[in-house]
Amino acid sequence: MLKILKYSFFDLMRSRWAYIYTAFFLLLTVSLLWLSGDIAKVVASLMNVILVLAPLIATMFGVMYYYNSREFTELLLSQPIRRRHIFFGQYLGLALSLSLSLLLGVGLPFVVYGVWGSAEVWDFMMLLVVGVFLSFIFSALSFFIALRNENRIKGFGLAILVWLFFAVIYDGLFLLALSLFSDYPLENFAIGASLFNPIDLSRVLILLKLDISALMGYTGAVIQKFLGTALGMAVSMAALSVWVLLPAWGIQHVAKHKDF
Amino acid sequence: MITIDNLHKSFGRQPVLSGVTLSFDRPGIYAILGPNGSGKTTLIKSILGMAIPDKGQILFQGKDIRGQWHYRRQIDYLPQIARFPDNLRVSELLAMIEDIREEKPQAMGRLIELFGLQPYLDKRLGNLSGGTRQKVNLVQAFMYDSPVIILDEPTNGLDPVALIRLKGLLHEEKEKGKLLLATTHIMNFVEEMADEVVFLLEGHIHFKGSLDSLKRQYNETSLERAIARILQGEPGFSANGHIKQAVRLAVRR
Ligand SMILES: Nc1ncnc2c1ncn2[C@@H]1O[C@H](COP(=O)(O)OP(=O)(O)OP(=O)(O)O)[C@@H](O)[C@H]1O
Ligand SMILES: [Mg+2]
Repeated sequence: MLKILKYSFFDLMRSRWAYIYTAFFLLLTVSLLWLSGDIAKVVASLMNVILVLAPLIATMFGVMYYYNSREFTELLLSQPIRRRHIFFGQYLGLALSLSLSLLLGVGLPFVVYGVWGSAEVWDFMMLLVVGVFLSFIFSALSFFIALRNENRIKGFGLAILVWLFFAVIYDGLFLLALSLFSDYPLENFAIGASLFNPIDLSRVLILLKLDISALMGYTGAVIQKFLGTALGMAVSMAALSVWVLLPAWGIQHVAKHKDF
Repeated sequence: MITIDNLHKSFGRQPVLSGVTLSFDRPGIYAILGPNGSGKTTLIKSILGMAIPDKGQILFQGKDIRGQWHYRRQIDYLPQIARFPDNLRVSELLAMIEDIREEKPQAMGRLIELFGLQPYLDKRLGNLSGGTRQKVNLVQAFMYDSPVIILDEPTNGLDPVALIRLKGLLHEEKEKGKLLLATTHIMNFVEEMADEVVFLLEGHIHFKGSLDSLKRQYNETSLERAIARILQGEPGFSANGHIKQAVRLAVRR
């Protein structure tokens, strides 16, 4: 598995898109840092970008990578190795290369700016952790979707739809539910609902860390009130891990029975 | 070495192989023929465990291959479509395969020379021409000394020089006592290279045997015409078939 991972990772890191993705984050972070100078504020702005963009890029890369390496995957399948190792290797190579782009693009400017030693170093770390989680989650989801759909257009459409659902539609439905049932106590519902959306979870996690109540939103506030900051973060982290493991399990399950 | 027993495979509602029974016991070159979409690649992929049969059994050296993967160490495979990771170099791809198989490829240097690939070793695979990629594909397929070699349309996109080299290579491997399976649509190639042909049509094996017996059965002098006969749905006339043929000829007159 590590061998497949290694070569997938090299292949992907050398692609034009990886450079563009890294360069975008570099530029954005540098300009935000040098324009504003307030690390906490920069983390909050970057959060909004990463929450949308990391899942979107991971989704697109996941589908594209699967379909583009379809024929090569067949050659790998003819080699004396287990199926599981091929697909986990490819998935991890993909997720790691996306994570590295993000870590370099966002991390380097912060380090140069002198984030170590500042009080906000953990806010910054949380941002990176969330970015990595989102890359792993959405590349797994899209890889899983591509694996299940031979038809590229359908696979691509479905994957984008999933992203759209979690990034945009979910919040709308959530607010709608809140306003419709505003007479009832909705705290448990709110906590439960955010567990089912990795993007929401990530937002809560960062905001708990930043402790900005103004931005916290309803779910964040509820989680902080009921679980406290520490437990709230632990629960969110655990839920995010489940979000990685579930589609990853799905990948190996589908791969096991699939015809190539 | 390979025994296929009553193999059934459909994709969705489309049956592709419906009861294929076939065995390759003796070494030599076997050409697997059949029109586009007749299931040649699917048959090969079933042997390699890439397509999972609905029904039936495949034995490799006497052992059922279902759920197994070690047996693939004994097989070299040339996929029909030569596409590799765009951003890897040729040398890296070959190193990767060596890494995966955990086995030194003894013929790699010679094959690179044979197909004139030295100038391309440091090039990225995404930038190679189709024929050059097929040459890389051939190097990858022949660099080990496995007893079974499976080639899906090996002549794809090759120039005449490379084609001659490939034929030489096939001869050599056959002389070593290996089993070679190759699909192709090029009848000259079959006549020149194959010891036996297997003809797949509509999910069934319509013929398996030597080239001569195929021609004899359809009373044709060229392979192309004999194949055309199969495709037109004419029954062949083996042993007792001579009578049928005589009757048919009589009726025609
Ligand atoms: N993974 C798959 N999913 C769905 N259908 C498939 C799949 N693989 C093959 N088929 C279908 O099975 C049929 C047989 O395909 P196959 O590739 O085995 O044909 P072939 O004999 O190799 O043809 P060609 O000469 O064009 O290479 C085709 O109709 C093809 O569309
Ligand atoms: Mg084919």
